[in-house]
Amino acid sequence: MIEDEWWAATADRRLTVQRCRACGHAQHYPRELCTGCGGTDLEFTEASGHGTVDSFTVVHRAPSPAFQAPYVLARVRLAEGPILLTHLTGPGPWACDEPVRVGWRPLPDGRHLPVFEKDA
Amino acid sequence: MTVAIVGAAESDLGVTGASILGLQAQAITRALDDAGIALGAVDGIATTGVSRFSATQMADYLGIQPSWTDSTFAGGSAFEMFVARAAQAIDAGQCSTVLITFGSDQRSARSRSLGGAGEAHTPEAIFEAPYGPLFPISYYAMAAQRYLHAYGAGREQLAEIAVAAREWALLNPKAFRYGAGPLTAADVLAAPMISSPLTAADCCLVTDGGGAVVLTSLERARDLRRQPVVVLGYGESTTNTSMTGADDLLRPGSFDSGRRAFAMAGLEPSDVDVAEVYDSFTITVLLTLEGLGFCAPGEAAGFVAGGRIRPGGDFPLNTNGGGLSYCHPGQYGLLLLVEAVRQLRGESGDRQVPDAEIALAHGTGGILSSHATVLLGADR
Repeated sequence: MIEDEWWAATADRRLTVQRCRACGHAQHYPRELCTGCGGTDLEFTEASGHGTVDSFTVVHRAPSPAFQAPYVLARVRLAEGPILLTHLTGPGPWACDEPVRVGWRPLPDGRHLPVFEKDA
Repeated sequence: MTVAIVGAAESDLGVTGASILGLQAQAITRALDDAGIALGAVDGIATTGVSRFSATQMADYLGIQPSWTDSTFAGGSAFEMFVARAAQAIDAGQCSTVLITFGSDQRSARSRSLGGAGEAHTPEAIFEAPYGPLFPISYYAMAAQRYLHAYGAGREQLAEIAVAAREWALLNPKAFRYGAGPLTAADVLAAPMISSPLTAADCCLVTDGGGAVVLTSLERARDLRRQPVVVLGYGESTTNTSMTGADDLLRPGSFDSGRRAFAMAGLEPSDVDVAEVYDSFTITVLLTLEGLGFCAPGEAAGFVAGGRIRPGGDFPLNTNGGGLSYCHPGQYGLLLLVEAVRQLRGESGDRQVPDAEIALAHGTGGILSSHATVLLGADR
């Protein structure tokens, strides 16, 4: 699956975005084609790990026992352009448009979940 | 446009104990009775949310073999989309009498969950579910947060949507909150926080419910018992399923669906006498009013203030009490059409908008995913 390479990079705490070799468009989530030009020659490139909070919400009721509310769900706009759904971690308060940088939350299988913290 | 709505009805609403097909049957028989059309004359069916093969399922249940069906699954916007497709099919001669129907037993069946219904193979499951978003609430919550930030609005301005909806519901005996008494902005802000900045009172109801409308050619409609409600124009826009696919949370597809519908109808937003706008959440309405061009981006919070959208105000909005206080059976778009039809016929009792000639119904599906606008007019 196309997404496997993206997740594999998280084992090394590397955040990647997919980039089109033909038109340079960056996208997330990974796809088998470029949403910029329709091309299929795509590669995973390292992201800077910096971005800004597009928006966020404090979730007060967990959707399942796997989550413990409250937690801060957010759309983070990466410096490379694409938007990630993620968590904001560390002390708040949070505001739209504030700068954040990637941090990593370990998963049981060795991969990591990218989360974001204040970029002081 | 040469197609009209000639029948409209609700099923039982609220907590019914009825099944999906039972509610569908109620809505269908009542709408056909309203139109004065026999079941055997129906040759087109559009519905969703029944089963995997929704329109096929309904055809079997009704014992008919339609020449046209549509089971498009697009959440709450599907029914406004069905109006467009039905009008095209009738105009093209593929069918002559279409039933657009819906029924949901979600409250009685307790089938609604905060996390939504995930499908493991989708990018949403792979890249979003690990973060535990509430679906769809958290997406609308992020849109609301962005709205408050970008335009300097306050939560009490969002709350006005719920407060006004309650005022209308107090005039509608069929509303779930009829008799519940008025709601204040302070009540909305003090309700349990679900996904900030949205409290439980910023969120639509979870109820059973359903409805049906009947469409046929305007020529035939004029020989039927009810005053025809003419389909004047429609427009759609489909934008995203993921929570990250839309670049700008404050410019949803209603900006495009509305523009398309008004262009087709040759009308302006100022021509609309009564608007039925999907109110899944309070923020949905502010964004949709801006998208449809009733006010400029960033102005909806001010536009709805001062009682303007409440009963007696100069912009009658969600006159049945809306999904917030009347009924929200999961996909509310059909009931927007029912109320628009009743307003244009002058049948809305205590909540009737005087001399309503042009009505707008706007459906929104998913997480601001799909948008469909329909303009309807009285045939006077």
